[in-house]
Amino acid sequence: MSLISTLARLEAVTTGRAQPAATVRHRHLAERPLVLVPLTTAGEAGAPLGALVGTDRDTPRLLVVPQPRDRDLRFAFLAELADVVLPYIDGYAREVEAAERNETDPETGKRVKVEVELCADAPQLIVPSRAGTDLVRLLGRSMRFRRTAEQDPETPHPAPPRVPLLGRWLTHFGERARVPGSSLLLAMTDVLSRHWATGQSTLEDQHLGALLAWIAPPQGSTGAEAALRAELARDAKGQLLCPPAGPATDPAFDNKLLAPAIERYDRARTALAAAEDGLEADDRLGELTAAERDIRVLVESVTRPTWDKVWEGLDLLRTLPVGAHVEERWTRDRWSFTAHRDRISAGEPPQPRRDDAVTAADKLASREREQARLEAQEALDDPLVMAGRRLSGEAFAGEVTDVVMAYSESKRPSPRPLVTVRTDDRPHLGERAKAYRSLDGKPQTTEFVGYEESPDGGTLLVLRVLDKMGRGKEPEAGSVPEKGDRLCFTLFEHEQRGGPKLPDPEETPWTHGGPPGEAVPESADPMTAEDVL
Amino acid sequence: MPPPRTRGKALRQRLAELRGSEVPAKALDARALAALAANPGCRRRAILDGAGVNKTALASALGAPSAFGQSQFALTRGNAFEAKVKADGGAELLRLVHERLDRHAEPPVDAHVPDLTAIGPEGRTARTALALREATAAAGTWTLLDHPMLALDVAGSPAFLEPDAVVVHPDGRWTVVEIKSFPMLDGSADPAKVGAAARQAAVYVLALEEVAARLGAELETGAPGSGSARHDGPLPEVGHQVLLVCPKDFSNLPTASAVDIRKQRAVTARQLARLTRVEDIADTLPEGTCFSPDLPAADLAAAVESVPATYAPECLSACELAFHCRDRSRASGAVTALGRSVRAELGGLTTVADVLAAARGEAGDPEDPAVAALRRAAQLRAEALGAVAAGGAAG
Repeated sequence: MSLISTLARLEAVTTGRAQPAATVRHRHLAERPLVLVPLTTAGEAGAPLGALVGTDRDTPRLLVVPQPRDRDLRFAFLAELADVVLPYIDGYAREVEAAERNETDPETGKRVKVEVELCADAPQLIVPSRAGTDLVRLLGRSMRFRRTAEQDPETPHPAPPRVPLLGRWLTHFGERARVPGSSLLLAMTDVLSRHWATGQSTLEDQHLGALLAWIAPPQGSTGAEAALRAELARDAKGQLLCPPAGPATDPAFDNKLLAPAIERYDRARTALAAAEDGLEADDRLGELTAAERDIRVLVESVTRPTWDKVWEGLDLLRTLPVGAHVEERWTRDRWSFTAHRDRISAGEPPQPRRDDAVTAADKLASREREQARLEAQEALDDPLVMAGRRLSGEAFAGEVTDVVMAYSESKRPSPRPLVTVRTDDRPHLGERAKAYRSLDGKPQTTEFVGYEESPDGGTLLVLRVLDKMGRGKEPEAGSVPEKGDRLCFTLFEHEQRGGPKLPDPEETPWTHGGPPGEAVPESADPMTAEDVL
Repeated sequence: MPPPRTRGKALRQRLAELRGSEVPAKALDARALAALAANPGCRRRAILDGAGVNKTALASALGAPSAFGQSQFALTRGNAFEAKVKADGGAELLRLVHERLDRHAEPPVDAHVPDLTAIGPEGRTARTALALREATAAAGTWTLLDHPMLALDVAGSPAFLEPDAVVVHPDGRWTVVEIKSFPMLDGSADPAKVGAAARQAAVYVLALEEVAARLGAELETGAPGSGSARHDGPLPEVGHQVLLVCPKDFSNLPTASAVDIRKQRAVTARQLARLTRVEDIADTLPEGTCFSPDLPAADLAAAVESVPATYAPECLSACELAFHCRDRSRASGAVTALGRSVRAELGGLTTVADVLAAARGEAGDPEDPAVAALRRAAQLRAEALGAVAAGGAAG
């Protein structure tokens, strides 16, 4: 955490309200995001208990597994979830626009431009917290290797038809969420704490209720008081007034409310199975339905507050103006979405359990590149972020005090003007270090020449401008800073270059396991009598 | 000058007084020890745990109840899984130990599973030591100790620990087994949970090492009373790899992984050694201090206040008293309440008011690098926010 955000936190403590940690919104928000508030059963590996899901804040769809240990009920839940999520995704997969992409021609080996489809927009999934992101990944993993009756008629417990497909999509969302700056799958707590600094620690910021309490405390209450209420306040029955954002439930809810309700449901089900005639069965079916309805009411009572909070969070985020580079990063998300859509329609197998060496290295390299890109773009979009970089000596702002025309010493001299900048910042400039400024959205490179004596205490820096001045002997109008201009230079590059290209998978060196060989279709997880998903 | 304390009072009695008369002691478990070792500077936690105070009850009595609890679903599932792993005389568990840790040994068949029941924790500890000794002497056989009991001296008071299982290999080596109900998915598990399990296992290893050292010394000199000559079998040794047993993927089938806990062991040993001795802390308390949850909240708050705490946000996930300490820490304006890293970058400034005054230029020595950096940060922040408020973007 930089000193600037620490100061913001301290100010939040004294003012009793969260302070801005960003002046623009750094993440894309879709017009119609799909919000998912999932709950799981304690102690089971991602066994869903229920979820609220939908794109309309007033009418979420409630999905409930009345007995989470029952495989058929879980499959029914996942099938219902697929019925909501897949049509939403399909809606974006259909609308495309033409785009160009560089590809290597397989015959000539040359880089050529090819016309491809790019989805005009992409779906966006929003979960309340980081644990929700992990659950999306886990659900994806649990579903994508399942076999449907159509794929494998022999399978003892066939999955409903669209469940494996949902698994592949959730896996893709989960993987994409690991790419810095991506917005296909967002955790509300992460996005909110990126934009506001609260008067509590980052650990406590993971609690959606407490975080929102700091950002928008109710009238007449400080953030600290409201956050404490969100964390601890319980009603007469010992239940939290602000249920945890999940996917884990509060143990008091499990023990006092949910466990008895599930027990009633189990009893009603056993009774129904033992019914001897139609009339008795009708009665008992009524009891079973009532028991199921009770569980639905319970699950809704602990997911609905979180659901509303996620939408409140979206409202708050929409009050911020969007950052200039957000659209560009969202386009990368659209490429990622389109690529996965194409993989599925080409009939490729689901994502493997483990990536091969080249894919893993590729993913890692792209995440590093995106991290650097995100840091640079956020700084360029947001003076508050740039302030942090200036404090750490990675950027400086100042006024141009002098411009001297100079030329390079080549046969065809090009302009290399010397610009003197007066700054109060203390950049870490080495000999011939490069500094960049943004010129109409493009980076202009300068080279550090030296310091000059300053009469009034500030630092005077001399920079040589190297590019973006056109081809002529005289620099193009507006391409050279002028005296009196206030400029901000960064020592980091604005655009990220990719690293060296990785070999094709077939060329993987033996040190990294050698070529992956023939792709073996991943087998489904073996079913056992006691498995939970 | 206060009169010198009567040293005659045995520590045990002193601790019982602190706990309050007729309040049963709460035993320290490995999880609490691992948490204690994570914050060794906290004298409050050391004395409360050392005296066996029920911190959950204390926190409720103070009006800042803890948010810990375990869902019965998790409990049922955890117990069912452990029972499954240990079924058939631990055949599956021993197979996993053999496969993951000791492939060259004879496969375990007809392993010995001694009965460890005895009266009281001391009795069970003695019974466990005896079983370990017999198992080590019986070279060439596998032994499974199901829920043995080990004693460890923590800051001057004994803690009794109950690992899920300890396996004695045919070559006399001892291995700690931890059975957890979080899944191992495609061969990897949640790193935070594995870390917690490793820290817990490290506490068991430390306790086992003490037993091994005593047994080794006995064997070296010839066991007292047995009259036998020097021992020529293997000397007991505690393995530095523990076996973590978890459900595989989404099933209830056990799978296992060897976890090297040398690092956790070293850290925990060092932290436990650093724990201020409970005795010394008890001596600093005013006479008559008592933490009984039956006392009025104001008295309790004063008693708790008489021992200093070192609160950090990490306490929230490890200590029942954390909400009370957080409240106090915030009330005193300590910057550590925002995180240890925040505290680390502010130099000698420890309170919110001091930091903000220094940042505004109202206090603090401008020569101090921390103060200078703060002023610079405050200035840059104000400039950035001002630029936005004025409607223009910098750069």
